[in-house]
Amino acid sequence: MQVIVPSVSVLDCPGTESEDAGKASACSGCPNQEICASAKPRAPDPDVGQVRERMAGVKHKILVLSGKGGVGKSTFSAQLAYGIAADEAKQVALLDIDICGPSIPRIMGCDGEQVHQSNSGWSPIYVEDNLSVMSVGFLLGSPDDAVIWRGPKKNGLIKQFLRDVDWGDVDYLIVDTPPGTSDEHLSIVQYLSSTHVDGAVVITTPQEVSLLDVRKEISFCRKVKLPIIGVVENMSGFVCPKCKHQSQIFPPTTGGAEKMAKDMGIPFLGRLPLDPRIGKSCDEGKSFLTEHEDSPAAAAYRSVINGMEYDSMIHLP
Amino acid sequence: GIMADDILPNVGHVLLVLSGKGGVGKSTVATQLALALVEAGKKVGLLDIDLCGPSVAKMLDLEGRDIHQCSDGWLPVYADPSQQLGVMSIAFMLSHRDDAIVWRGPKKNAMIKQFLTDVAWGELEYLIIDTPPGTSDEHITVVENLQSCNPDGAILVSTPQAVSLGDVRRELSFCKRTHLPVLGIVENMSGFVCPHCSECTNVFSSGGGEAFAQDFHIPFLGRIPLDPKLSQCTEEGQSLAKVFPTSPTIQAVRTVVDNLVAQLKSRTNAKHGST
Repeated sequence: MQVIVPSVSVLDCPGTESEDAGKASACSGCPNQEICASAKPRAPDPDVGQVRERMAGVKHKILVLSGKGGVGKSTFSAQLAYGIAADEAKQVALLDIDICGPSIPRIMGCDGEQVHQSNSGWSPIYVEDNLSVMSVGFLLGSPDDAVIWRGPKKNGLIKQFLRDVDWGDVDYLIVDTPPGTSDEHLSIVQYLSSTHVDGAVVITTPQEVSLLDVRKEISFCRKVKLPIIGVVENMSGFVCPKCKHQSQIFPPTTGGAEKMAKDMGIPFLGRLPLDPRIGKSCDEGKSFLTEHEDSPAAAAYRSVINGMEYDSMIHLP
Repeated sequence: GIMADDILPNVGHVLLVLSGKGGVGKSTVATQLALALVEAGKKVGLLDIDLCGPSVAKMLDLEGRDIHQCSDGWLPVYADPSQQLGVMSIAFMLSHRDDAIVWRGPKKNAMIKQFLTDVAWGELEYLIIDTPPGTSDEHITVVENLQSCNPDGAILVSTPQAVSLGDVRRELSFCKRTHLPVLGIVENMSGFVCPHCSECTNVFSSGGGEAFAQDFHIPFLGRIPLDPKLSQCTEEGQSLAKVFPTSPTIQAVRTVVDNLVAQLKSRTNAKHGST
């Protein structure tokens, strides 16, 4: 009779230094449980206070998540940033916490810029007077430099981004994330936990292979009590430039994001089509919303962004 | 450390499918390569070390299967009755499909190590390892643990655009730093042929992968087009060759396989000093 390998616990060790050490549900069965549970409580992390101070001047924080790679998180984060910053009265900051694959510098047209330090901290890169950007990409010497770091080192840098960057007073801080539900995601939520995060926009493409990972991301948001602003279905339909017929390159075989959003009880923010000019704008570091503002795709972006509801709403003309 | 005998003792070729960039088609390419090799009569293993977003099980219609244990270890989940394609993934170890594996590095590393040491693959001609995007815990751990069995190398996957290739450059650096040979690059999602009028549109640009191969002196294994039929097959866990046998995409995949096999052969010959 063959034994079946048991399911894994999806929860992780809370950390031997954490408040929950030894007491979390993931702790049962761990050989270290007694030691952790009886240990003296650790002094609070002084960085948390510093992060709270830096973030005090940030009115709205929006995380852009997926779970699935390559669905358009960075593309969306960039268009969101460009879109809001078109109103010169708004101060926008875009933070890229994808440490291994930082796409934001290229997409924002500031590849190759370097970060400068001053008394008030690290200066973000200003793409416009009211639009600043930070990414590990700016800390690398060459485009070939790979950041081959394990979790703890990545977490350290994310903390530094929140603690040491002098964002100034910001209306919107948009955080672009890598795919997954791991160190970077746990860390950003943890470090921002002492501040108010408006919520997360979750990006997916229409296929089930994508939705599989995105449902997990939504489970993650619920687990860490991160409000979900809504789901966006990207790369939804392609219009042939020659014959104008529509094709579904990534078919929504299980109903796409709209059905998933309904099933999981979260807002569906809309669909963004596949327009080859979007990828091209990203490659060239230009704002698609500005370069092709009359395109159906740009209209779709504006509609999705204007439909995002959290504490307040964004109004793109 | 792990003894040389413990790691994959009966595997002919160990191949890693890497990118650096997410969503370029690593899992799709890994699965299609595996299926093509099986169709060519080989015995293949497919190991998915993407713990947060394991796609391989879905792509082969193996969701919901359990991992059975025998005296030699964990048995792979077989995709076919003749057991030519064995699969291992954390997807088989979740209570519910929507469960998110919210693990930090150390726990992920332990799981990957287990996949390498505890699975009774049996004799395989090829073991293909599908990875998540990035150059982090999963990648460091798998390369470290494979050292004793001399993996043949990495297959890089990218779409043609600069944003993708920007990350693939870093993955190439990762390979160099970890002394992992690079077998070549596959340019995926390379052009979309409109089914209505046959006009080819370069949705994600074009030619970038081939240029990359030239610039960085690595073999160009081929290009695979954007094909909704391929997406459909990965959605339904079907083999493209079985469902759409006349599709040009199949030829594209076979070309990649042929080029890959040629690469492996020339490297083996070089190692053994034959002409």
